[in-house]
Amino acid sequence: MSCEEQLRNGGCLASRKGAFGDGHRSLCNSLRQGWEIAGIFLSFIKPFRISQEREPRFSQRRGGQALEQVARKAGESPSPEALRRREGQPILTAGTVLPAFFIIGLIFIPIGIGIFVTSNNIREYEIDYTGTEPFSPCNKCLNVSWDSPCTCTINFTLEHSFESNVFMYYGLSNFYQNHRRYVKSRDDSQLNGDNSSLHNPSKECEPYRTNEDKPIAPCGAIANSMFNDTLELYRIDNDTRTPITLIKKGIAWWTDKNVKFRNPTGDGNNLTALFQGTTKPVNWPKPVYMLDPEPDNNGFINEDFIVWMRTAALPTFRKLYRLIERKNNLQPTLQAGKYSLDIAYNYPVHSFDGRKRMILSTISWMGGKNPFLGIAYITVGSICFFLGVVLLFIHHKYGNRNTSADIPN
Amino acid sequence: MADPIRWARYRWQRLISTEGRECSSNNSSSKCYQSPKTTGKHRIVIPCLGHFKEEYEKVSKLYMNNKIRTTRYTLLNFLPRNLYEQFHRVANLYFLFLVVLNWVPVVEAFQKEITMLPLIGVLTIIAVKDGLEDYSRYKMDKQINNLVTKVYSRKEKKYIDECWKNVSVGDFVRLSRNEIIPADMVLLYSSDPDGICYIETAGLDGETNLKQRQVVRGYSEQVSEIDPEEFSSRIECESPSNDLSRFRGFVEHSNMDRVGLSKENLLLRGCTVRNTEAVVGIVVYAGHETKAMLNNSGPHYKRSKLERKVNTDILWCVLLLLLMCLTGAIGHGIWLSRYSETPFFNIPGPDGKLSPPALAGFYMFWTMIILLQVLIPVSLYVSIEIVKLGQIYLIQNDIDFYHEKTDSTIQCRALNIAEDLGQIQYIFSDKTGTLTENKMVFRRCTIAGQEYCHEENAKRLEAYQEMDSEDEDPADCQCGSSTPTSKCQGHNNRAVCEPLNRKPLNQLSGSYSAFKRQDEAGDIPHSGHMAFSSPIETDVVPDKQLLEKFSQISYQQSEETSSKLSLETMYITDFFLALAICNTVVVSGPNQPRQKMRLSSLSRMPIKSLEEIRQMFQRFSVRRLSSSPLPSVKESSSVSPNSFVRKLSIFRMKLASSNLDGAAQRVSEPQNTDSPEDSQVPGELHLVNVAAGGEPSHAVSSVELSPIPKPCYEAESPDEAALVHAARAYKCVLQSRTPDRVTVDFAGLGSLTFQLLHILPFDSLRKRMSVVVRHPVSNKVIVYTKGADSVMMDLLRTASEGIYRTCNSLLEKIKERTQQHLDDYARRGLRTLCIAKKVMSDAEYAEWLNHRFVAETSIDNREDLLLESAMRLETKLTLLGATGIEDRLQEGVPDTIQALRKAGIKIWMLTGDKRETAVNIAYACKLLEPEDRIFTLKSQSRVSRKDACALVMSKILEGIQKNASIKEKNSEKLGNVSASPSAQARGFNAGLVIDGRTLEHVLHDSLQNIFLELTEECRAVVCCQATPLQKSVLVKLVRSKLKAMTLAVGDGANDVSMIQVADTGVGISGQEGMQAVMASDFAISQFRHLRKLLLVHGHWCYTRLTNMVLYFFYKNVTYVNLLFWYQFFCGFSGTSMTDYWILILFNLLFTSVPPIIYGVLDKDVSAEILMELPQLYTTSQKSVAYLPSAFWITLLDAFYQSLVCFFVPYFTYCGSDIDIFSFGNPINTSALFIMLFHLLIECKSVTWIHAVVIVGSILFYFVFSLAVGATCKTHNPRSDFYWIMEQHMTDPVFYLVCLLTTCIALLPRYLIRVLQGTLFPSPVLRAKYLVRLSPEEQRKAIKRWKDESKCLDYSFYISSHSRLCILLISCMQHCITPCGVMDRTLHECGFAESSSDKSACSLALLP
Repeated sequence: MSCEEQLRNGGCLASRKGAFGDGHRSLCNSLRQGWEIAGIFLSFIKPFRISQEREPRFSQRRGGQALEQVARKAGESPSPEALRRREGQPILTAGTVLPAFFIIGLIFIPIGIGIFVTSNNIREYEIDYTGTEPFSPCNKCLNVSWDSPCTCTINFTLEHSFESNVFMYYGLSNFYQNHRRYVKSRDDSQLNGDNSSLHNPSKECEPYRTNEDKPIAPCGAIANSMFNDTLELYRIDNDTRTPITLIKKGIAWWTDKNVKFRNPTGDGNNLTALFQGTTKPVNWPKPVYMLDPEPDNNGFINEDFIVWMRTAALPTFRKLYRLIERKNNLQPTLQAGKYSLDIAYNYPVHSFDGRKRMILSTISWMGGKNPFLGIAYITVGSICFFLGVVLLFIHHKYGNRNTSADIPN
Repeated sequence: MADPIRWARYRWQRLISTEGRECSSNNSSSKCYQSPKTTGKHRIVIPCLGHFKEEYEKVSKLYMNNKIRTTRYTLLNFLPRNLYEQFHRVANLYFLFLVVLNWVPVVEAFQKEITMLPLIGVLTIIAVKDGLEDYSRYKMDKQINNLVTKVYSRKEKKYIDECWKNVSVGDFVRLSRNEIIPADMVLLYSSDPDGICYIETAGLDGETNLKQRQVVRGYSEQVSEIDPEEFSSRIECESPSNDLSRFRGFVEHSNMDRVGLSKENLLLRGCTVRNTEAVVGIVVYAGHETKAMLNNSGPHYKRSKLERKVNTDILWCVLLLLLMCLTGAIGHGIWLSRYSETPFFNIPGPDGKLSPPALAGFYMFWTMIILLQVLIPVSLYVSIEIVKLGQIYLIQNDIDFYHEKTDSTIQCRALNIAEDLGQIQYIFSDKTGTLTENKMVFRRCTIAGQEYCHEENAKRLEAYQEMDSEDEDPADCQCGSSTPTSKCQGHNNRAVCEPLNRKPLNQLSGSYSAFKRQDEAGDIPHSGHMAFSSPIETDVVPDKQLLEKFSQISYQQSEETSSKLSLETMYITDFFLALAICNTVVVSGPNQPRQKMRLSSLSRMPIKSLEEIRQMFQRFSVRRLSSSPLPSVKESSSVSPNSFVRKLSIFRMKLASSNLDGAAQRVSEPQNTDSPEDSQVPGELHLVNVAAGGEPSHAVSSVELSPIPKPCYEAESPDEAALVHAARAYKCVLQSRTPDRVTVDFAGLGSLTFQLLHILPFDSLRKRMSVVVRHPVSNKVIVYTKGADSVMMDLLRTASEGIYRTCNSLLEKIKERTQQHLDDYARRGLRTLCIAKKVMSDAEYAEWLNHRFVAETSIDNREDLLLESAMRLETKLTLLGATGIEDRLQEGVPDTIQALRKAGIKIWMLTGDKRETAVNIAYACKLLEPEDRIFTLKSQSRVSRKDACALVMSKILEGIQKNASIKEKNSEKLGNVSASPSAQARGFNAGLVIDGRTLEHVLHDSLQNIFLELTEECRAVVCCQATPLQKSVLVKLVRSKLKAMTLAVGDGANDVSMIQVADTGVGISGQEGMQAVMASDFAISQFRHLRKLLLVHGHWCYTRLTNMVLYFFYKNVTYVNLLFWYQFFCGFSGTSMTDYWILILFNLLFTSVPPIIYGVLDKDVSAEILMELPQLYTTSQKSVAYLPSAFWITLLDAFYQSLVCFFVPYFTYCGSDIDIFSFGNPINTSALFIMLFHLLIECKSVTWIHAVVIVGSILFYFVFSLAVGATCKTHNPRSDFYWIMEQHMTDPVFYLVCLLTTCIALLPRYLIRVLQGTLFPSPVLRAKYLVRLSPEEQRKAIKRWKDESKCLDYSFYISSHSRLCILLISCMQHCITPCGVMDRTLHECGFAESSSDKSACSLALLP
């Protein structure tokens, strides 16, 4: 560094002596400025060099796992020996990365096992009630249209009891809720209670924007195609049908219910008056302000509606329909036994080969039943561990020659 | 004062700093400055005065005024024009097309406004950059336009202050010393009595020596300052052109007399007036029409090889994009046609109708293009530009490129080809000034066939060399006053050792103390900054023998007349006179180097009495140096110099008067602060009376001082300076030079003033220069010519003709012996010059003069006519002698050449010098090794046949190939075959030397291929006697035929064409002006800096940029594929699972900075190791990092990673109640992690900057996502992203998915890198391991590595003969050598075939 400083000062000093005119002197000044800038840069780079020099020791000690190096920050002052070794960077050799592979293996396998066990403990029961099969009770309703209700009942038996809270889903298959134009076909301002949007919905809603010159509320294809089957669950106990309480609140995200979706505001609380001047979506049997008798679950903030409006990512999906809460600690939420599902079959899926399902599932910290994640973790962990062993072997056999740089060729 | 200079500097900086892209626009703008009205061939300039007034009004409207505007934009047109320029780029047009496409409702994929965002972002960045640049230019223009100069005002009848911008054509401008010339003007008056004005053109071409400009003939006689009111002539000159060296025109006086104008009369804008009190000129070109502005073409745009390759890969990406879009379109069509009736999630278009599947598929194609547009990286171009700027910044700030002596560092003038430095395969190097220092040192001379070897001088130079090496001791790296002191001491020591040479050595040491004092004084300019005047060049120790003879002359001559002198002494006299006169050196005083020497002109004043001398001295002591001398003197000397010199008589006398002595001292003091010989003055002072009146009796004397203040010489070329300094060593001192007189102080003879009749300047066609003078003693017209021996020998008076029939044999003998000496000099690597003279009778001269006059006054065909007239003059010359000048190798050249060669670079030396000189320098700089076999292709006559040439070349080629195969066998036997250096192995030990004449044949179409084949087998090629054109043709040939990356390095104007043609041009900012630097892409100060520039920076820049480019492709392909995979699950409808904002900004905001940092700072191997192991260069040279396979492997990896990145979340969430954006969020987040950590794996050096940037990017992503998630609930119709990030941050599955995805995605690459590092490390990796060793081990390892390759070399040397074969091609009918010898030679050289081409080819064995 001292030599650089000398160059910076001395170099210009010499040239100042040699300057034969103002021109040269100012040139010299500019050069000196240049060196000053360079100096700033160098001083900027100095700590960076030091950190570079620290790296090799680090990578030797801890293994040059790239991930860890990021988190690592310069702290200690470098030893003179380290100073001499510049550019000691993560050299990826078997020796340096061995620990990383073992660590990954050792971490991933327990995580995988944990997830796998959790997933296996989840109880799930699924009924397809589309009715495409001729013997299905719902076969009669197969060609139903939006507003001609048809009811069917499906009996089923739960082999195991559901201990904790049960989530009741409806599932649709082959339903492309993620189609580009479908996804766009909504007006969030309208759903957020914006009065102007209520009466003048966004163009995105076309062709479900207006009906008979009245704005549709809620507009758009998503709302128009809202799932409108009604599912009721009964426990059959010695031929008596006991209805199971299905809680319909709390199925949507809190933020959706309270922030994103809002009923239009105005005088009074009468939703009917607030939605005055709008018309119901074409496929709906009843307007939006009649979705639910309870006022805090009616209109745009109806939770079934909100759930539907959160468009599914994949063509086969499920949506939360109801909650079944565990009443007390003495008995499970759903005991093993016979149940029957009453369906008000309104939603036509046959035209596009869709399927409808009802799913009962308990839930864990990681959501529903899915063995994939656990298996994947276990597999990756094992592979890493295995690779670690292979690398250990390679390191033993070939690792030493690199350090001496004499490779026989 | 400083401001204009800052302006000049700014011009330079601008040239350096502005974007390459601007070139084209700059050119176009400079074109438009040329006003269409002035396109006529001539322009008439008349002052706006007197009777011209009306015409002036008419004419002056056509010309531009002096206001300049270098800005490209005005406030009004900035936006449209900048946009217009930016949309000239194809990439920007592509993105514009996408934006427009997105406005078509049927295919609209994104929200309209969002698509414009990246384009607007990129356009804004560049527009802001352009705007800032333009603004600084505007400020600079304003500053320049408002500079003040003195312009004659008609109203006030005097010169008033005016801004530069208000100066217009026809104005009279008066300038004082050190003022900058505001416009191109014709010089009408100079305060200098000789009508000379000195200008410094440093601002224009960087040359620091002073140039003379002359007042227009006819005006120089004016005593008083020109009165603009009385100026009644009109000036006609050619239209503005950018040729600095040309100006033609004439002044037409009111009486219709015409006086020719040349560039000698033109003061150029941007130059500085020096040494002249006041000048007046009339403006002929102003503003943008000045030559300085027309030459201001800005940087040139070169496209680097990498960029070209990137473009092809981008085309691949386009193909990939089309393929993906086609898949999408077809998929969508099939998906639609599967439904017998329309499903209700497939909503009709706005018109309420559904399009049939085929049409929907077609629409989908375009939608996909919009959706997947990111595949063509919008940020790539911007990033590459930023990275290159960063790399250039790092190169420019590399302290190793700083050269202390010239106080200069590297200049990167081309901003976009830094990575080409890493791919150079061929280096074409100039010799003089590039490999050598271009510090010419007089070494030997031969006069009249007698050689004087100047041994003492050689010793002196050795001493310098030692001192230089001491100098270079790193411990002594500061440049202060200590080094000159040590030099000085060293000198004094030696002075004691050699008493015989005491006097000159005293002078020497005197000069040293002067230097020392100057250094210490600080404010006195350092002589090192004057052109060619470092002590090593200026001091010459005379040869004893010659000095003896020389002193003889001086004594003899005082007694005898010159005609009675022996022939030899006459030769010697003439020789040194020629050395002193035949040049264009400008003389100036030592302490005020920019002050013209006046003393000498005063010394020839007729001074009547001692009283007057005293008065004169008093004048001196108040230092009115530049005040005009007495008018009477002026008259007498200028009117009748001939009569004056005719009566010259010389005598010497001892100085008796102590009075005068004191006066002399007083004289010397002001100018000569360092006159160590003051004490000796009384003893040795020669007083010479130069009396004009022819009455020596009452002329006491003018003082001709022996301790003449050492004049400083400023020469245009170092050769000239060296010769003048050599002459001075023999006391033949060039005292002053004016346009019509040259004064030489000749040791014993006193001051001789020659009337200078003509100077025929040097040009590369004639390869010689001449001066025509009238000898003051003999009053004959004498032509002194000096030039290259190749041309001079042909111009000599042949034996049959000539007046001196008697000395025929003598002349022949001299010629023969001189030629011998010349050859000897050349063998020693000296530069040779022949000196000749010619005496003309007045009649002959008059005849020639007529022709000359015609040539000078013609406007159209002037150059040719002048050349012809010069050729007419330079005939029948008498050879006086020849000089040998040494040009020392630059420091570190052999090492550099060896290192570069080890790096697999072929080095060619292209020089205009003689073959012997070139070959010797080639040996000296290790371009050729002693073990090498040298093949020389040389044509002896002008008309050698092409086929002969071809034959010889094919023979050589055969021989080499056979040799190579033997070598290979040998090396196999030795078991020393290795994979990596085998490429260099072939043709290791052959060198080719080819001369200019042969080159001409070789460059002919039919022979090109065989020639190139031959050169490929040779490890070094030396081309001698090559013209600049041949140089550039050679470079072009290699570039186009071999498809090789070429680098040309040179320092002089003759290298410019070669520098421009090569892929990379490197200029050496050395002694010969700035033309090469101006034309170059990189300017360095020393050849040895090339080593670091190529081996370290070239390697780094290339690997960095390729890795970054590959990374960009990887990044974009990965990211786009995520979207593509999703199409399979959304019916190919063009849905993206990520919020548009994040999708669009992902490339621009979150993942663009880390790769840029990576591209600027990554170092795969440390600089030290790269310097130590040049072999590593081959990896970048062969573009190992960016082979086509690398691109496809990168794409494959990108596909794999995107598959992992998509399907791990897919399987995790499949069948669940996940919504689109909740599904997209983990994918997007893991993509971010994967990309950033991928970068970390690829990074060869991780620093805290990388860490900060990567962590910063991740944090920024999360902050941005959280912010979008928290705020965007309705503002954007696609507000589904609301609260998703927040939701996920509390979800453990999100983290688990991200972790798993990142690990799986990066595992293969990580594993491959690990295995590569362990099992098959590349040389670069092996080198990288070295840094982990302790310094001791490291040194050993490097040595071992080097030995490895050396051992390989060695095995080849064994098998080769160490014999020098020289093949001479000639067309002569007879063979020089008997056929037997030739056959034997052929056999020994490895050509055993019978030689059927005996008549065409002759062989000679040389020792």
